[in-house]
Amino acid sequence: MKKEIPLLITFLLGTWMILEFFFHNIPHVDQITEILTNGGMVIAAFTYILGVMNILQVNANRIKHHQDRPYKWTLLVGFVLMILLGFTWGIDVDSPFQWMYNTFYVPLQATMFSLLAFYIASAAFRAFRARSVEATLLLVAAVLVMLGRVPIGEEWIWSRLPDISNWIMDYPNMAGKRAILIGAALGAISTGLRVIIGMERSYLGGE
Amino acid sequence: MNLLDKFLILDRRWVFLLMALAIIIPLLLNITLPFTPDKAVEAIYNELETLEPGTRVLVSCDYDPGSKPELQPFAVALFYYLFTHELSPVITCLWPGAPPLVESALLEVTAMLALDGRAAPLNHIDYVNLGYKQGAQFVMLSMGSDMRGTFPLDYTGTPIDEIPVMDGIENLNSFDLFVEISAGSAGTKEWVQTVQGRYDLRLAAACTAVMAPDCIPYLQANQLFGLAGGMKGSADFEKLVYDGTDYIGQATIGMNAQSFGHLVIIIFIILGNIAFFATREKR
Repeated sequence: MKKEIPLLITFLLGTWMILEFFFHNIPHVDQITEILTNGGMVIAAFTYILGVMNILQVNANRIKHHQDRPYKWTLLVGFVLMILLGFTWGIDVDSPFQWMYNTFYVPLQATMFSLLAFYIASAAFRAFRARSVEATLLLVAAVLVMLGRVPIGEEWIWSRLPDISNWIMDYPNMAGKRAILIGAALGAISTGLRVIIGMERSYLGGE
Repeated sequence: MNLLDKFLILDRRWVFLLMALAIIIPLLLNITLPFTPDKAVEAIYNELETLEPGTRVLVSCDYDPGSKPELQPFAVALFYYLFTHELSPVITCLWPGAPPLVESALLEVTAMLALDGRAAPLNHIDYVNLGYKQGAQFVMLSMGSDMRGTFPLDYTGTPIDEIPVMDGIENLNSFDLFVEISAGSAGTKEWVQTVQGRYDLRLAAACTAVMAPDCIPYLQANQLFGLAGGMKGSADFEKLVYDGTDYIGQATIGMNAQSFGHLVIIIFIILGNIAFFATREKR
């Protein structure tokens, strides 16, 4: 029964969520779906508790084993401090929580992402070579889109560059993207059906 | 080893240095290059122009500080437009890092309105920030059937029934327009796939440049009526919104840095290929 009950729950809920898409305007159907989606939100909220426990456990272990101690202490102190500030003084615009968010979190995360510009430049210089017809096509398309998406291309190089960039995005790019989307959707449908009818059981663990 | 060979094994710190200069110098020089707004961005602006004063617009801010340079300027320009046209944004967030950014954007717009000599928008009357809700697609579905049950309190903890701007709002269909600002998942793709078709929503999106190619099929299928992709999309929207004012938005300023950054990457790619083919026989 340890497996049969979860499989039955999955089958019933999965089937319900498919059918309710077609009948969601019927009052009782909508109400039951609402209860289920509320349940989903509650379960999702509990993942935060798991996340908190995981962060504490992993980093406490690292500190115990003298691994990257300054970084781990910084993470844990920041973690506890933000929770305390939020609970004690609230999260209003002029609260210490908001100050910490704007002063530390925003510039730190922005810095991490801004590093991408430098690594992309370096990687493009080393890896972007016209070794084959396909690679040359990719390279030319990338250069045209990069120039067409910035004012310097339109203003200094050729005023029609944005049109060429848009054409590449709207036709060759979209054809590829649409094919990927349809393929991914078919894959998701088949995986979903396998889960609902009990053929795919890896989510139960132990297999 | 000749110059071309040396160029091929160039220390990447030189690339970093040139890239840094290409980004920093245009920002310091404060030059602004002209550009033409994209049609997909114009579609968002034109749709906003059709709204009657008092209309409530749902704005879902699903991004965090990592995407702030690309998306925050769009949010600021959007709120500025809504407040100057007596439209009321109802703001939700599916990303935990978003609500404080929304508060910052609202603060920035309040300062801009003060400079214009306009009254500051009043929380709960002119707008409301409903804050963050965990659950991604579950939240979207739940908002489709019961907005008030999904967000019983706003970001400051005020019960939804005590917020005048939420009067009469029952579900997603209570909004005439829905603008989604997204940096990934949960974001534009999930909104389109989960609720756009189901509730027939008028949905537009502002997304990061990385996401834009993924969203273009939705634009052509009219699942999105408008799309602002990346910093260019935000700059286009700023240009339309701030036309006739003295404001130059952050994305417009950032476009110059992006212009020269792109140019440096392209020059390196071209030179790298020249060096590669010129030295190929030797290898």
